[in-house]
Amino acid sequence: MAAEVLTLGKALNLGLRRALERDAKVVIMGEDVGKLGGVFRITDGLQKDFGEDRVIDTPLAESGIIGTAIGLALRGYRPVCEIQFDGFVYPAYDQIVSQVAKMHYRSRGLVRLPIVIRIPFGGGIGAVEHHSESPEAYFAHTPGLKVVTCSNPADGYTMIQQAIASDDPIVFLEPKRRYWEKGEVDAEAPAFPLHSSRVTRPGADVTVVAYGPMVRTALDAATAAGEDGRQLDVIDLRSLSPLDLSPVYDSVRRTGRCVVVHEAPSNVGLGAEIAARVTEECFYSLESPVLRVTGFDTPYPAARVEEEYLPDLDRVLDAVDRTYGW
Amino acid sequence: MPEVAREKPVAQDETLVQLLTPDGERIDRATGPDGTEYSVDFTDDEYRDLYRDLVTVRRLDAEATALQRQGELGIWASLLGQEAAQVGSGRALRPQDMVFPTYREHGVLYCRGIDPIMPLSLFRGVDQGAWDPIKYRFGLYTIVIGAQTLHATGYAMGITKDGKVGGDDGEAVIAYFGDGATSQGDVNEAFIWSAVYTAPVVFFCQNNQYAISEPIERQTRVPLYQRAAGFGFPGVRVDGNDVLATYAVTRHALDHARGGQGPTLIEAYTYRMGAHTTSDDPSRYRPQAETEAWQARDPIARLATFLRRQQIADDAFLAEVDEEARKTAVHLRERVLTMEDPAPGSIFENVYPHGSPLLDEEQARFAQYRQSFEGSAY
Repeated sequence: MAAEVLTLGKALNLGLRRALERDAKVVIMGEDVGKLGGVFRITDGLQKDFGEDRVIDTPLAESGIIGTAIGLALRGYRPVCEIQFDGFVYPAYDQIVSQVAKMHYRSRGLVRLPIVIRIPFGGGIGAVEHHSESPEAYFAHTPGLKVVTCSNPADGYTMIQQAIASDDPIVFLEPKRRYWEKGEVDAEAPAFPLHSSRVTRPGADVTVVAYGPMVRTALDAATAAGEDGRQLDVIDLRSLSPLDLSPVYDSVRRTGRCVVVHEAPSNVGLGAEIAARVTEECFYSLESPVLRVTGFDTPYPAARVEEEYLPDLDRVLDAVDRTYGW
Repeated sequence: MPEVAREKPVAQDETLVQLLTPDGERIDRATGPDGTEYSVDFTDDEYRDLYRDLVTVRRLDAEATALQRQGELGIWASLLGQEAAQVGSGRALRPQDMVFPTYREHGVLYCRGIDPIMPLSLFRGVDQGAWDPIKYRFGLYTIVIGAQTLHATGYAMGITKDGKVGGDDGEAVIAYFGDGATSQGDVNEAFIWSAVYTAPVVFFCQNNQYAISEPIERQTRVPLYQRAAGFGFPGVRVDGNDVLATYAVTRHALDHARGGQGPTLIEAYTYRMGAHTTSDDPSRYRPQAETEAWQARDPIARLATFLRRQQIADDAFLAEVDEEARKTAVHLRERVLTMEDPAPGSIFENVYPHGSPLLDEEQARFAQYRQSFEGSAY
């Protein structure tokens, strides 16, 4: 396949298709993933082509989706579960945190649960409550789980296949507001390791760390900053657990300034972890404290004010400016 | 203001499949609520084997309780009183069947031919109950109440996908849980899923009347087995202190499942004679008279009465079984005492199949920290 331009949603769909083709043990399960193709159409057409046995419309019960996926995995299957929206994952929280995450450890490595839990996450689509949340810290805080997120179609296509092929249980977060953004997908392109971060746009002045939906925002901020003569080094984390911070440390040692951007609330979030680690590793290189640009420590607000809540280009630039204030 | 009944009792229901009365009287056949007829046809040897199982399982359980009292186990969840429910259902399984236990299924584990030492590492605290569930066809002990019923259902869905249902060689799954678990969402979801997908799974609920201190009245207003009807599959209540009836009912339900007919809920009506665990004190919440009444329904005594009366077993046999069980228990004790504590560094092992750079870093730092004490007085 030559490179083609796809939306993130289509790229994920194509990646899932490849995974189903490659391994007969891969099954997709979730609410409305079959005939409807998922509420975001990420599984569009897959049940038609792979059958109801492999693309399974489940009862409306998230704990049931993950709990039965564990049983299927014990039986040798590789379930790919879709949780319809971020705010609906909590009924499955025990199964994810106490069962999926711990089974390998409890069994001293005798049981592997190669389960992927796909969750469309984040805001910006004008949705009602429970449809715009960023629950990544809950999962990144849980030993035994790995957590990744894609920010663009090329990564979506590759990373979903890598996650399904991995023997680790993986929470796969999809930035739902970016589902319709287009990018080039080249199936032949060499893949980066799943749990690696990447410098998305090099720059010498300030390191900006982002992931998922905020990578686009960070890149837009970098374009704007560039017009003012400041070069932002934008790093897409991609993997939230484990974190791959070496590129961040390398960058901060050059720039001396670091801004972390995420939609989730700041308190005890990924940004705090990254700030702590960057401070430990790059203490003598820092010209200012590591700053965070995040959602506020409120419940996700009503759609008409969500733009106030969500970090945007201006808030990123404001933080970049503030790193020069020390 | 209308008066609200605070302690409305569970609806009375006399339906109970029984093939051996508490007095040791043998009943030829019993009829379940849906008209299914249950009976068993055991040889004398098979009767004696069942008796040996019951006695051994009780003796090993007593040994574990003693080990906890002596500080050799951190905690123990005794099965005292539930031996027949576990041996009857455990012996009804075929080799290809799969078990998803709670943390109290020591008797089922024994009937699977698994070394009873296996779960003791969990209760001693040297590991978290590590074994290969596929090799033993026996899942890991599950402490979060009811979680394993969904695992059992998913596994059963996998059996269907693999085309391993529909005949005598079909596979079936049994999920164990207690009366308290029936209040959990996961158990109700497992009922729904298994019904919707006609999954070959048997839900085996040991209603031992208590969830720690809370009596069955705190979990339900209807007899538990009746709940199955609302989910669209058969439910049956069996005398859980009757090893014969429990065997018959479980065998039937497993064959129903392996034949592709879907799930069954079995409520094994029994009693937890001991404490919830060694940390519990039942004298705070249940009357002595109640426990004594259940003592008269003891699962082992009734089988002994029957065996003697039928001249299937004599005093010499019963004494021999006791002595064998004692030896097995002593052997178990010796092995528990020699279990080694894990190495400190093992904390970091097996978090992920292929490790994690974060853990590598933490482990290296921890090793360095420990090394820093070498040669010092600490």
